[in-house]
Amino acid sequence: MGAKAKGRWLVVAIPYLWLLALFLVPFLIVFKISLSQDAIAQPPYFPTFDLAEGWAVFKENFSELSFENYGYVLSWDNEFIEAYVSSLVIAGISTFLLLLVGYPMAYAMARAPKSIRPTLLMLVILPFWTSFLIRVYAWIGILSPEGLLNQLLFALGLIDNPLQILATDTAVYIGIVYSYLPFMILPLYSTLEKMDETLLEAAADLGCPPLAAFWKITWPLSLPGVFAGCLLCFIPAVGEFVIPDLLGGSDTLMIGKVLWTEFSVNRSWTVSSAVAVLLLLVLVVPIVLYQNVQQRELEGR
Amino acid sequence: MDKKLSPFNVTSLVFGFTFLYLPIVLLVIYSFNASRLVTVWAGFSTHWYGELLRNQQLLDAAWVTLRVAFLTACFATVLGTLAAITLTRYGRFLGRTMFSGMIYAPLVMPDVITGLSLLLLFVAVNFDRGFWTITLAHITFTMCFVCVVVQSRLVTFDRSLEEAALDLGCPPFKTFFVITLPIILPAVVSGWMLAFTLSLDDLVIASFTTGPGATTLPMRIYSQVRLGVTPEINAVCTILIGIVTVVVIAASVITKRQEVERQKAERLAAAG
Repeated sequence: MGAKAKGRWLVVAIPYLWLLALFLVPFLIVFKISLSQDAIAQPPYFPTFDLAEGWAVFKENFSELSFENYGYVLSWDNEFIEAYVSSLVIAGISTFLLLLVGYPMAYAMARAPKSIRPTLLMLVILPFWTSFLIRVYAWIGILSPEGLLNQLLFALGLIDNPLQILATDTAVYIGIVYSYLPFMILPLYSTLEKMDETLLEAAADLGCPPLAAFWKITWPLSLPGVFAGCLLCFIPAVGEFVIPDLLGGSDTLMIGKVLWTEFSVNRSWTVSSAVAVLLLLVLVVPIVLYQNVQQRELEGR
Repeated sequence: MDKKLSPFNVTSLVFGFTFLYLPIVLLVIYSFNASRLVTVWAGFSTHWYGELLRNQQLLDAAWVTLRVAFLTACFATVLGTLAAITLTRYGRFLGRTMFSGMIYAPLVMPDVITGLSLLLLFVAVNFDRGFWTITLAHITFTMCFVCVVVQSRLVTFDRSLEEAALDLGCPPFKTFFVITLPIILPAVVSGWMLAFTLSLDDLVIASFTTGPGATTLPMRIYSQVRLGVTPEINAVCTILIGIVTVVVIAASVITKRQEVERQKAERLAAAG
């Protein structure tokens, strides 16, 4: 192998091996633990992947695997299934709301004078650079019963008693829409900005009213952006943990929160691993879709 | 050519940006509140900033966070750039699909899964948890973001420049540093900054992979926030917002200036 080929090989090998060791192997371990019994998987947890002991021990460990934890997670008397469903519902509704809020903004940005577009873009990205935790935290002060929103509504004479918004699902929706908005706007903006405006002029010349032109031309052309934005928001929203924990109530069920509780409070590593594997299975289809969108976006240029 | 925005577009922009910025602005205003009660305004005061300087726990956490973020950003930039080169330049190779899968999956993977799996890895190999495990975890998930940012720059790259250098006898390694890197530098720099802020921001993965002795600022803030809103936390948040705003604006001014310089140089080259 020449020096050139060796260099080429190294460029691939370094990130590849890193990801294998710190991304793929950890998953295999999660999978393995999800198939173990609690006694051997509870802290202090002994490594079952001890390669020094050879293949025989490995095989022996393998024969002890069981699907017990999955049975436990998927049985009807547990809150897990409910949590999966409610996570999907909350993420779905949030994504829809994000589209409702984000589309008009992205549209207006793409139609803004060219000279101010970079500034607008910067204004959208700036909150994304500020801490996610801080932005969620800011809403606690606004939504709490004695918070600013209630004070405002009270001062305007719209309410007599404070509205309970914090610690409800509404607060979770507000939190998710607020935190994920840049993720929705950016892909939408980039497809809308690329759009050829002469198509709209042609439609107008042919007598198409603006609203119909939007629906027949702009919307279909922006679908790749809609698709990318929705996936980019939906997938992490399903596993969201901080927002339901800080803004949601005790009855807000989301699988990320359940996983964390199972892990840190009940200290059952096997069950939380099984929850994680199942969460991943729920997300496999959206993640694969996202990957295809991303791949096409990068290679299609 | 510039057209005016329609009233509908103006309205959606005004509402959108109010929604995005009002909570942050309120938080900053209330960090200067004299009262301990977060919701009652009792006059301007910088009292809470003074409190902050005496809060050793918060300062320690901030120091840990900055060190983790700095190391993370440097390593993630190198690894992410290598990965981006692999994905754009190497065509087909054995395991390419798996490689690109491993690059894109962490971008969208819920933090709880990434955190849990890395923790179980560190336990399995009996690695002492703390500063270094957080850093390793952060490098792993941020390098994928760096890769995507650099990759988007590399796909629009004019390869004839590199080919010219190679034809003139420049070794590949040197070509990379003399030709390729300067051209993709803006993307590499923004990749570094993205990795840095993602690491500063991360709560969930750090909470899973930490051990005794290493508490990051988000973890400290989180544990205090759960006990209730305090003006002190508002003050920490305001400082963080201030730093990020200054850095981001400075960076965008610099990249803009570089872009202008580059265009000028290109025009000169074309004219000459």
